[in-house]
Amino acid sequence: MTSRRAFITLLVVLAGLLLLAPIASADLITPESGGSPNANDIDTLYKYVLAVAIIVFVGVEGLLIYSLVKFKARKGAVPAQIRGNTRLEIGWTVGAAVILVVLATLTFVKLDGIRNPPDSGPNGLQLADTSRRLPPNGKSLNICVNGQQYIWRYTYSDNCATGQNLGAPFSYEEMVVPVNTTVTLDITSQDVAHSWWIPKLGGKFDAVPGYVNHTWFKIPASKTGTIFYGQCAELCGRNHANMTARVKAVSVQDYQQWLAQQKTDIKAAEQDAAQQRQQLDAQNAGSAATTTAGQSSDTTSTP
Amino acid sequence: MAATVEAPTTTLAPVPQVAAREVARPQKGWVSWVTTTDHKRIGIMYLVLTFAFFLIGGVEALLIRTQLAVPDNSFLTPQTYNELFTMHGTTMIFLFVVPIMAGFGNYFVPLMIGARDMAFPKLNALSFWLLAAGGIVFYASLFFSPPECGWTCYSPLSDTTYLPSGGVDAWIFLIHLTGLSSLVGSINFYATIANMRAPGMGWGRLPLFVWAILTYAVLLILALPVIAGAVTLLLTDRHFGTHFYDPANGGSPLLWQHLFWFFGHPEVYIMVLPGFGIVSEVLPVFARKPIFGYKAVAAATIVIAFLGLLVWAHHMFTTPSPSIVLIFFMMSSFLIAVPTGVKIFNWIATLWRGTIEYTTALLFCAGFIGTFLIGGITGIFVAVFPVDWQLHDTYFVVAHFHYVLMGGAVFAVFAGIYYWFPKMAGRMLGEGLGRWSFWLMLVGFHTTFLVQHSAGMEGMPRRIYEYPDIKDLAVLNMISTIGAFVLGLGILLTVINVLISINRGAIAGPDPWKANTLEWFTTSPPPVNNFDAIPRIRSVEPMKDVRRQVLAQTGGSSRFEAKTDVEAGRLAAHAGGEH
Repeated sequence: MTSRRAFITLLVVLAGLLLLAPIASADLITPESGGSPNANDIDTLYKYVLAVAIIVFVGVEGLLIYSLVKFKARKGAVPAQIRGNTRLEIGWTVGAAVILVVLATLTFVKLDGIRNPPDSGPNGLQLADTSRRLPPNGKSLNICVNGQQYIWRYTYSDNCATGQNLGAPFSYEEMVVPVNTTVTLDITSQDVAHSWWIPKLGGKFDAVPGYVNHTWFKIPASKTGTIFYGQCAELCGRNHANMTARVKAVSVQDYQQWLAQQKTDIKAAEQDAAQQRQQLDAQNAGSAATTTAGQSSDTTSTP
Repeated sequence: MAATVEAPTTTLAPVPQVAAREVARPQKGWVSWVTTTDHKRIGIMYLVLTFAFFLIGGVEALLIRTQLAVPDNSFLTPQTYNELFTMHGTTMIFLFVVPIMAGFGNYFVPLMIGARDMAFPKLNALSFWLLAAGGIVFYASLFFSPPECGWTCYSPLSDTTYLPSGGVDAWIFLIHLTGLSSLVGSINFYATIANMRAPGMGWGRLPLFVWAILTYAVLLILALPVIAGAVTLLLTDRHFGTHFYDPANGGSPLLWQHLFWFFGHPEVYIMVLPGFGIVSEVLPVFARKPIFGYKAVAAATIVIAFLGLLVWAHHMFTTPSPSIVLIFFMMSSFLIAVPTGVKIFNWIATLWRGTIEYTTALLFCAGFIGTFLIGGITGIFVAVFPVDWQLHDTYFVVAHFHYVLMGGAVFAVFAGIYYWFPKMAGRMLGEGLGRWSFWLMLVGFHTTFLVQHSAGMEGMPRRIYEYPDIKDLAVLNMISTIGAFVLGLGILLTVINVLISINRGAIAGPDPWKANTLEWFTTSPPPVNNFDAIPRIRSVEPMKDVRRQVLAQTGGSSRFEAKTDVEAGRLAAHAGGEH
């Protein structure tokens, strides 16, 4: 009997450690937050649910373990032949329903702050834009997020329709955004389904080809210089694990500088490419003259 | 382990006619198994085949956990890793949990309702062989190239452009073959339960396991045609030039997701409802108390099944969807927690003021309730769609559904194995080994999956073959991998237990547990015709009535009242009387 008791004690201690280890570091039992108001609101909503969950968990598991220990078969014990109790059963049905009504209400209270973007801060970047779920004043910085096996492409443009943002500046993998500014994202994919997720900047949104998904974030000024990490959350093929994303928060001035730099860099690169293309064309034209006509005509038509 | 106790030496009055006898010489050899239409043999074939797939799926899981044990591991290539989790998920769902419930149903539904076989014995054999064919077709892909798109095979990833290999086609044929198998089986269950119940067994006296199998069958009939249609469209998209899921040509990848989950979510209840049924049978037997609120438990089964058809898009909270859709599916998912909660409360109330005998079967049921509860609670987290935006497709969700399916359905399956093995084999499973198996499985399970909630919230998505050494991911994953091997060891002990006990276990006798339902009315194992005489059913617990009647007729001197060897040993081990 003592060895059994020791065994059970050991189990309880082990289970307790297993439960407490994550709690020791609070972030292990709550989602990531701190980069954007929607992520913070999700975190708060999660904590409401967690509070209710802990009460239910302790209550029900406690009742279960109590009945298992208390009503173990003993000499002379007679099982009570109870077949049910309508009042009790209606009671716990209604009880469960009430808990869920409370949770639903809490969700609705928090929903607006999570789903709808707020205005940019007074010292944030102010832009006009009219095509999507917008802050009350209708101004946000829009970025087109395009998932492709296995990299994210960001185009800094108000219009994300195919072919409409060709001249706009873009970057891959690392998105640079100004702080204190409401950033709206138009998320889509050009091949398979992906999912955009930067844990500290809010929930994930699937990038589905043929559809545009929307989300937003607004990084507080205190996070200037922070890089937020995330990665694709929807299986997209063999290197799904390597499809990472970064969001770098910079000041408004730095952002504008970076954007201008990016524009010039892209323009320069394009000019270089055009030059190379011309040179290749010239070379090919030269070599085509010496070879039989028609053989090389295809190689020159690369865009 | 049942201690050997000397058989009672006093002379006892003859037992009234309850045991059955053989009507024909039993057939022998493997041909008799291939050609059999006996529901019990088909049931055993189901159980053996699906358990073999469970072990294969388990090995796949251990390979996955080995790869994830340390950050940036290169034990497996990304391709092999993707193939492994696709095969693990597909195997566990389509080749293990769903069909093993059909295996228990096949063996025990006719026995529990007092029928001599299923309504359509040949169809019954067909549904087993279709399942076997599905498993063979799917595993044949090992010889060319297994699918890599996960058990959900989302389009466009599953299209020929991205996965040209035949693995996806093998997966499609698996869905068709196992689907056909389940459909044929479901119609058979429905016809059997509706038409072949013993005299007096009205719907209000149907054992709860039979209620669960009936609901399981109806859900399969409603959900399977949808996935069959969906994979057919995928097949024509892949090979015959259609564009149902191709956004470039007017198709929609979201159509696949809707069709898949319209099947996929009822599938969860298809897997777990028969488990609820097993628990509802085992608990009253070992608490020596009637089930608390029979009608509520049966009704909750049906309500869960109905609501289970209305929650599918909660798997799609992160897709481009209007708020009203998200709200609807959040509310319907909340609703389903009510009947589930009712069941849990009823089970606990069944234990309340009982005299609980700690058999392995009861331990697995208790483990089931405690573990499934956690899966139910985390289910509420992911039903709140803004919270789900953080948790979706992460290890939190992986942990959640393993709590529901592994801690839920699989623990119930093990309870079923320990409870019914004596009936099927005529011999008891070792209780000592059983208890070791249970505790290792319980500890191993929670070690594996509890920490995965945290890994998910730290940003670890599911289905990634490697992860960087950031935050606590390294330690969490190492704990999880160690747990997985402990869990594996626990399962192995039960396999060993079965292999030992099948020839050497203590002889069970017709009713070693003093159970409540009709399958214990006949010999163990039952003869081909199951019963020579079927008693008139007067309550949900016909065996209790039979025992009471025997007691009244013999004045307590019959062998029936005397403890069987096994029973006496078990009771001695518990040092508790139950008179």
